[in-house]
Amino acid sequence: MDAPYSVPAMKILVIEDDREAADYIQKAFDEAGHNAHVAGDGEAGFMAAEDGDYDVLVVDRMLPRRDGLSVIAELRHKGVKTPVLILSALGEVDDRVTGLRAGGDDYLTKPYAFSELLARVEALDRRGGAKDVETTYRVGDLELDRLSHTVKRAGREIVLQPREFRLLEYLMRHAGQVVTRTMLLENVWDYHFDPQTNVIDVHVSRLRAKIEKDFSGPVLHTVRGAGYMLRAG
Amino acid sequence: MAKLKAILNTTAARLSALYLILFAICAGVLVFYMTGLTERLLLQQTQDTINEEVAGLARAYQRGGLPLLVRFIEQRSRQPGANLYLIADANGRILAGNVESLEAGVLDADGWTERPFAYARYGENELRGGLSPAQLQEEMARPAHQAMAAVYRLPNQMIVLVGRDLGEPARFRDVIRRSTLVAFGMMGIGALLIWLFVGRRALRRIDGLSEASARIMGGDLAGRLPVTGAGDEFDRLSENLNAMLARIGALSDGLKQVSDNIAHDLKTPLTRLRNRAEAALAGKRTAGQYREALEGTIAESDQLIRTFNAILMISRLEAGNSAEATTQVDLAEAVRDVVELYEPVAEEGAVALTAEAPGPVVIAGNRELIGQALANVVDNAIKYSAGATAPAVALKLERMADGIALSVRDNGPGIPEADRERVTERFVRLEQSRSMPGSGLGLSLAKAVMSYHGGRLEIVDAAPGLLVRMVFPAGGRRP
Repeated sequence: MDAPYSVPAMKILVIEDDREAADYIQKAFDEAGHNAHVAGDGEAGFMAAEDGDYDVLVVDRMLPRRDGLSVIAELRHKGVKTPVLILSALGEVDDRVTGLRAGGDDYLTKPYAFSELLARVEALDRRGGAKDVETTYRVGDLELDRLSHTVKRAGREIVLQPREFRLLEYLMRHAGQVVTRTMLLENVWDYHFDPQTNVIDVHVSRLRAKIEKDFSGPVLHTVRGAGYMLRAG
Repeated sequence: MAKLKAILNTTAARLSALYLILFAICAGVLVFYMTGLTERLLLQQTQDTINEEVAGLARAYQRGGLPLLVRFIEQRSRQPGANLYLIADANGRILAGNVESLEAGVLDADGWTERPFAYARYGENELRGGLSPAQLQEEMARPAHQAMAAVYRLPNQMIVLVGRDLGEPARFRDVIRRSTLVAFGMMGIGALLIWLFVGRRALRRIDGLSEASARIMGGDLAGRLPVTGAGDEFDRLSENLNAMLARIGALSDGLKQVSDNIAHDLKTPLTRLRNRAEAALAGKRTAGQYREALEGTIAESDQLIRTFNAILMISRLEAGNSAEATTQVDLAEAVRDVVELYEPVAEEGAVALTAEAPGPVVIAGNRELIGQALANVVDNAIKYSAGATAPAVALKLERMADGIALSVRDNGPGIPEADRERVTERFVRLEQSRSMPGSGLGLSLAKAVMSYHGGRLEIVDAAPGLLVRMVFPAGGRRP
């Protein structure tokens, strides 16, 4: 991944019994500038998650000694609010629903690309939660008011379609983080499948035209092989 | 012996044992209750008789004093099967009546004796003189006669006792006990016979099923379980298991075909992937060239992952046991969503994308799956109409006689009639579309989604172009 992003280093716990996969994930997280630990089964994972001060948990659903969903449910019951991303080999729509209902915050089906996992984990960072209550997002000279549904850049108002507004809102909420195409489809369109062609790209380039044309400097960057990132300069 | 053990091990045998025990308990309680009731009745009757006698004797005493009373008693004592009568003086010495001796203390209290007492009838001991030694022994072994009686005192302190032997209720009890034993014995034997019969019959059928399934497990996949035609529960079981075997067979055939296809079709992108990496390694390259090769590799792998996900999704839907959440879905909204999603892509390719979906049209279904299926169909339509003059894709939601149709019409080259069936098969990509991006799974997935919803996917000629119609049953998916 080229651009050194502004995402601060996160402490990540990976609860995964597949040794090889876990090592790979850990190494990749470390290379991305994070600090990842691995727990090999549900029981060890639960203990580590309960005691350790982690920013994000990555939990496999099928674990020896204790399954992932029960680990998450128990953590939530004990008041541990650390964001959780569930990894699953199952991945029917219904599984996603049960997973999220058990207390997970995001869900990723195997096989997945690591860039997807990284982007989702970074989006889950608990520091992002504060943005829920903010009414205005600002990236450089780009400004989005969630209450009045207006977007301005360098003080000039930009007229967006409702869907374009939601797209920009999501990107700004995760400014400085990589946002993948499937994350956009999920959060902006509420569909959890993979569009076959470049539908999302076309939406993004339309939005880009509106917020970059006639203005100085790009804000909506394409991260090759991963997705997009909104960032000033 | 082993066979008997096998029979005793059957569910039928266990059930009948359970029923036998239950029935025995019920019968036992019933017999016990009835015996008790009858005994009480008999006792009541005895008391009534004695009360009557006492009343008669009292009248006699009033009329004729002691002499008449004694005469009365003597007279009644001699009758066959007579009650017990006794007159004693104040000290308890027996003066008259048919009782020779009785348990001490019986005459002390007035009124009804509190419990049965032992007594000997007058002349009984002499009578025994005529018996054979064996009979005598039997007679002696018997417990003394038991009786109950009413005792009262005359004004001159003499004691009168009227009683009745309790042999009758005791005999009654004896009879009940014996018949109960016989009944239980018969019941036990009956149950055993039924076990043998039912158990052996059931066992024979079960053994047949077991043997057949062992054969099938052993590799005779075309084999089926025996059906006798008797239409009983075993036949029903066999029929259902046979249907199951047939379904499993069909699924595994499908699976085999799919894995063949997968192996075949994934080989190409994997080879490409490998060649790209190899080419990048060969010779000196700049950092930029390496980066480009790696990015190409990632893009290729992403496509492979996408393909795998699609394959998995289709398999799950086709397996039909999927627990995908079914909710109320507005098809008109689904059309609007997909049109909104694809509108920029269509515009980019100068394709006129229009929709006619008056709503709401609500059915039971899975929004995700319907959205994905429709997206795949629309994606294809936009892709293939792009080459036409004034390319246009029109979506239409309408009610039909047998359900709700969601049709997508394009004005592209269409599909030759001979190939229309084939395009919904996995990985089938027609010759002229080989150059287009895509996995060849879009229509297969749409078809799987439609059959999951109990509907169908129709592919018809739109002259020019193609019309893909997703037909949902009126209410949507039935659980």
